[in-house]
Amino acid sequence: MLLIKNGRVIDPASGTDARMDVLLDGDRIAAVGPNLTAASAEIVDAGAWVVAPGFIDLHCHLREPGDETSETIASGTRAAARGGFTAVCPMPNTRPVNDSAAVTRFILDRAAAAGAVRIWPIGAVSAGSRGEQLAEIAGMKEAGIVAVSDDGHPVASAKLLRQAMEYCAPLGLPVIDHCEEPSLFAGAVMREGPSSARLGLSGMPAATESIAVARDIQVAGLTQARLHVAHLSAANSLEMVREAKRRGLGVTCEVTPHHFTLTDEDVHYDTRFKVNPPIGSREDREALVAGLADGTVDAIATDHAPHEAPRKEVEFDRASFGMTGFETALALALSELYHSGRVGLARVVELFTTGPACVLGKTRRLARGEPADLTLFSLDHAWTFHAADSASLSRNSPFDGRAFRGAPMMTIVVGRIVFRR
Amino acid sequence: MTFERLRHLLGIEPLPAEQISFLLDQARPFQQIQRHPLKKLATLRGKSVVLAFFEPSTRTRISFGAAAARLGADTMAFQAESSSLKKGESLADTAWTLEAMKPDCIVMRHAASGAAQFVSERVGIPVVNAGDGLHEHPTQALLDALTIRDRRGSLENLEITILGDIVHSRVARSNVHLLSKFGARITLCGPAMWVPREMESLAPGVRRCFSIDEALRGAEVVMALRVQQERMNEPGLPREDYIRLYQLTPARLALARPGALVLHPGPMNRGLEIDPAVADGPQSCVLEQVTNGVAVRMALLYLLIGGPGGLEDLPHAPD
Repeated sequence: MLLIKNGRVIDPASGTDARMDVLLDGDRIAAVGPNLTAASAEIVDAGAWVVAPGFIDLHCHLREPGDETSETIASGTRAAARGGFTAVCPMPNTRPVNDSAAVTRFILDRAAAAGAVRIWPIGAVSAGSRGEQLAEIAGMKEAGIVAVSDDGHPVASAKLLRQAMEYCAPLGLPVIDHCEEPSLFAGAVMREGPSSARLGLSGMPAATESIAVARDIQVAGLTQARLHVAHLSAANSLEMVREAKRRGLGVTCEVTPHHFTLTDEDVHYDTRFKVNPPIGSREDREALVAGLADGTVDAIATDHAPHEAPRKEVEFDRASFGMTGFETALALALSELYHSGRVGLARVVELFTTGPACVLGKTRRLARGEPADLTLFSLDHAWTFHAADSASLSRNSPFDGRAFRGAPMMTIVVGRIVFRR
Repeated sequence: MTFERLRHLLGIEPLPAEQISFLLDQARPFQQIQRHPLKKLATLRGKSVVLAFFEPSTRTRISFGAAAARLGADTMAFQAESSSLKKGESLADTAWTLEAMKPDCIVMRHAASGAAQFVSERVGIPVVNAGDGLHEHPTQALLDALTIRDRRGSLENLEITILGDIVHSRVARSNVHLLSKFGARITLCGPAMWVPREMESLAPGVRRCFSIDEALRGAEVVMALRVQQERMNEPGLPREDYIRLYQLTPARLALARPGALVLHPGPMNRGLEIDPAVADGPQSCVLEQVTNGVAVRMALLYLLIGGPGGLEDLPHAPD
């Protein structure tokens, strides 16, 4: 048994924000309330910390199977635990692609053997993510996937998206789309704008994303099924999601910490900033923060995308897209959203917990009988992120060397402490 | 001088105007040497310069080669066709390999924007950017500035018109940065997809214009850029239309100020971006640009890898 004493318990599902104790017994929460005692329990003094339901990351890349020099399920989930995440959703763009029950089972077997946190795999929409025929989605659902996506690529056609959404609705799986118009994306390496013009780098306009978001929302209207927009980065896309929600469509979206923190002016020729969708303009960043505050955005997701050094230590044009994100996500949310006064603390917690859970049709509560997954964090802990000390096998973070206020302090998964700062 | 000693030349954008003027001043004695029957100095004897051209080039490579040779330096040439790049070596490994041959300077051209900066961050010797992707071609802007200053007496507050494929041009970017630092009003003119709005934010005093007549009116310097044939394959721009709308012809040049200078970075597509009558006409500075290119590159190599002093230790260059 584990007794967490005197923490500031924030449970978005019940609207709780109060100093209380939480008692864990085995894999479940045994009690939540003031002045709990348990003679045999290990005591955790959480007096300086926030105690929240376990954080969920809807979007990450663990690179196993196929690219184990960049990341493995073991290293990636250790990094996730250090970031306060208790469950992470790896995208299916591994080698082989997670487009069959066999690959899903392989991932979950590896997770059971070596994973530090829970893995909720995302399956491919189409076989091989090639955009032609539907993957073995029902089989993967049986094996344990929580959503489908052809991430890395957009769902190739409106017809395929329609089929996937209609097919997945009774299976209870959301379709997650990487929204991108291929003809505007081709050859581009960053967001089009004054910075790309100055650097002489080929840019893609914000419309590369928003054109695809518009298509997808039309298909969501047609099918009345669940659509989740991955790593939304542009103000126009966000406005369309806001409007779709107003119309009552089942459209949700996620935003990454790098998109709500950085702007295209930060890019220069530093390949650690090369990511897709690319970092947007100042106006986009402002719009994303507003969307995080007002509820338009459903979740903060990391899009943790590790790359071994040879793929990043090259010319900007040739570098791979993507950056690591697990270990800096909460600290960025606290500094950019909470400490800046833009987003309240309960809302920040929601974006990491009930928000992503809801996207997957799950609940997330800090209450008796619920799974013993908890994230304990400090609002004020001063620390500096060093990519070299990361649990990830890769070092491609633009936040290397950045000083933070606030950090995950303890991550508890299935009643076990998997990370302690 | 208020600026730092130049360690690399990666682009014009970060250089203060005073440093650009200083570089141009330093080129003057080397311009005079170009007119001498015996052009070879011993100033850089024993030094060596790598000419690393990852992208094919004839004129820039020969110009840097001539500049190094006339200063007495040895050159080691490296060309894309014969490079280990084809064997899959990374740019970082190539840079370290070249550095291990102990040259004093790397002059490089590369198809990727930022490539010269990438190499400069990894080697301990000066790097000269001889063109990186669409980003900058700083020695071209310096030789253009030298040519303009010689002809007009000053670089200050000029009316400049740049014609053609602006967005894909490193020459345009370097020239915009350089001339803007001297107060130029710069008009960028070409088909809309080649002159995106963002180019106006490159530097102060830049505007775009899609009418060549309007763009040329009042211009003191007209720069025609090379239209790359492969760009003509992109959707939406027939060659005939480019000629109709944007070719620099004698009639159009007449709209500029009398005696306006015509520059072209070469190689020219006669009959495409420029009418042969303009290319060969009295206002054309094209061959002067080439001659000045050698002088500017001599001055640059001298400043980067020459002796610790200024020009005092140069042998006297008679007027």
